[in-house]
Amino acid sequence: MSILIDKNTKVITQGITGKTGQFHTEKCQEYANGKNCFVAGVNPKKAGEKIFDIPIYGSVKEAKSETGATVSVIYVPPAGAADAIWEACEADLDLAICITEGIPVRDMLMVRNKMKKKVAAGGKETLLLGPNCPGLITPDEIKIGIMPGHIHRKGRIGVVSRSGTLTYEAVAQLTEIGLGQSSAVGIGGDPINGLKHIDVMRMFNDDPDTDAVIMIGEIGGPDEAEAAMWCKANMKKPVVGFIAGVTAPAGKRMGHAGALISGGADTAEAKLSVMEACGFKVTRDPSEMARLLKAML
Amino acid sequence: MKIHEYQGKELLKKFGVTVPRGIPCFSVDDAVKAAEELAETCGTKVWVVKAQIHAGGRGKGGGVKVAKSLDEVRQYASQILGMQLITHQTGAAGQKVNRLLIEEGADIKKEYYLAVLTDRATQKVAIMASSEGGMDIEEVAHATPEKILKEFIDPLLGVTDQQALNLAQGIGVPAASQADAVVQIKALYACYMETDASLAEINPLILEGNGKIKALDAKFNFDPNALFRHPEIVAYRDLDEEDPAEIEASKFDLAYISLDGNIGCLVNGAGLAMATMDTIKLFGGEPANFLDVGGGATTEKVTEAFKIMLKNKSVKGILVNIFGGIMKCDTIANGVVTAARETHLAVPLVVRMKGTNEDLGKQILKDSGLPIISADTMAEAATKIVAAVR
Repeated sequence: MSILIDKNTKVITQGITGKTGQFHTEKCQEYANGKNCFVAGVNPKKAGEKIFDIPIYGSVKEAKSETGATVSVIYVPPAGAADAIWEACEADLDLAICITEGIPVRDMLMVRNKMKKKVAAGGKETLLLGPNCPGLITPDEIKIGIMPGHIHRKGRIGVVSRSGTLTYEAVAQLTEIGLGQSSAVGIGGDPINGLKHIDVMRMFNDDPDTDAVIMIGEIGGPDEAEAAMWCKANMKKPVVGFIAGVTAPAGKRMGHAGALISGGADTAEAKLSVMEACGFKVTRDPSEMARLLKAML
Repeated sequence: MKIHEYQGKELLKKFGVTVPRGIPCFSVDDAVKAAEELAETCGTKVWVVKAQIHAGGRGKGGGVKVAKSLDEVRQYASQILGMQLITHQTGAAGQKVNRLLIEEGADIKKEYYLAVLTDRATQKVAIMASSEGGMDIEEVAHATPEKILKEFIDPLLGVTDQQALNLAQGIGVPAASQADAVVQIKALYACYMETDASLAEINPLILEGNGKIKALDAKFNFDPNALFRHPEIVAYRDLDEEDPAEIEASKFDLAYISLDGNIGCLVNGAGLAMATMDTIKLFGGEPANFLDVGGGATTEKVTEAFKIMLKNKSVKGILVNIFGGIMKCDTIANGVVTAARETHLAVPLVVRMKGTNEDLGKQILKDSGLPIISADTMAEAATKIVAAVR
């Protein structure tokens, strides 16, 4: 098992005809069971055509009904990305993974509230991962996103992070000391996003094939602290925690739109101490995330 | 992106928030002319001379003066224009004042605080208001959090009259002025949403002797991701207020932020870049910058990144930390070698590479004949660069 996706997941690529979408779809197809997983692309202007043998449909709804896909991955450029998320949601998919970086915050605010309103009215919930995220991977089964597949190894450790390259760092450390991963999830660096640390921690807690988790956060926002509080009461598995940005100055956007210290509670030190108080093994040295986790198993 | 107070007030006015009459100026003579013009058009005998810089805390730093005669306007304008204004937000060097705002004086009966921002936790828009206007709001939040009221606005519905009224009543706006306060609050919300702001703050919002509500200050911050659809906001950009190194970096699509230390860092990915800075600090060094070269780092980008880092004369060494994913380590290694040669690099360079084609990359660095120090982990890289700059 794993969380959210496995080798049987059928995926639609929104933005498959763009440069980024094409490049990464090809890489995802090459990974593990990818050939069977990536079954459809969407572009209203190119419906009926094919790319890497993947049929292109005019809409997500059509792609879903023709192929039975339940998940989409979005590479649509920033100005249209929120609409693409909404299209996935209106098609009642299970999960939309938005890789796009640079979506206006207001667009995300609108689409997140539309998604919540739909669920409140009794509609089906479509989970959102991202935006501005690397995607997620279940090693040796399926990779949806832009992470380098070859650094992963199948195993029983979960990884969740806002940052792409820090996720890879943790994964590579784990693989190097012989610990594989159940799933590795990048939730993205934007302030308004879909799945948060707490949601992914919940899934890892419920996954019988995950034994322990590395949770990586950044300065800005309340998410890591909320996840830690939830873990204190509910998490049955050991967790190693790291927060990037101890040296980040307040009021400066550190690359990610969401990595911005705005008050006193969202500094790295404040988050580290909450995580520590909630039973995480926290480290200030990101080089030893995997080693610390191994010691806890 | 930040803008000046007078620009913020132009925006506020456009959306129906009441602001004092004022004129921006770039010289002392213009300041006096502006004061004369305000006296003619609105009969004011009191003017406020306000330094226009992006940092807050201008009043305390001596950048805001009330003038009771045209001579005083001239006197204060000459004092403030060109000064290095030091506030708690500018750092020790301060910020040079190049622009002034001359405003009609206001009859202040009571000062409030009003702000709009996006709340990450609820994914709504938060309107914050307080009876404690004119103060540092972070101090208010710390000492008397009960004096800060919040209404969470569903962006699909917008702010309702009731929500605006709750805030106006809650902060103690007198009954006769509440209807006006509701109008002002709704106008500020509309301004925030339509301009894709990430912060709109009025401190103070005042009650005048005549019962009117007016915005005496305006502080805005805009979502950089949305600037593509707001040329009118981009036109407000004042490059004098920004770090030249950050402006240069943004031309090459590099995210760069200057810091106070002496170790330059070049990293791919924002999270890894912060973690690298933290590791340097953990092993006893001080990072000189944050620099994320992003996903598609070409030789050109790496070279430009080196040039920008080396412009900072405090830099005594450079740490490159790359996780090769889609971007291969050998590509980056070629970029680093070219950059080191082109910039005639004279400070120690530690390179840590991990991921795709790691060994190829290390070989390229070794074969270059350059004195590049190699490291396997972030901790090792940090230890080596800290030792090298000592």
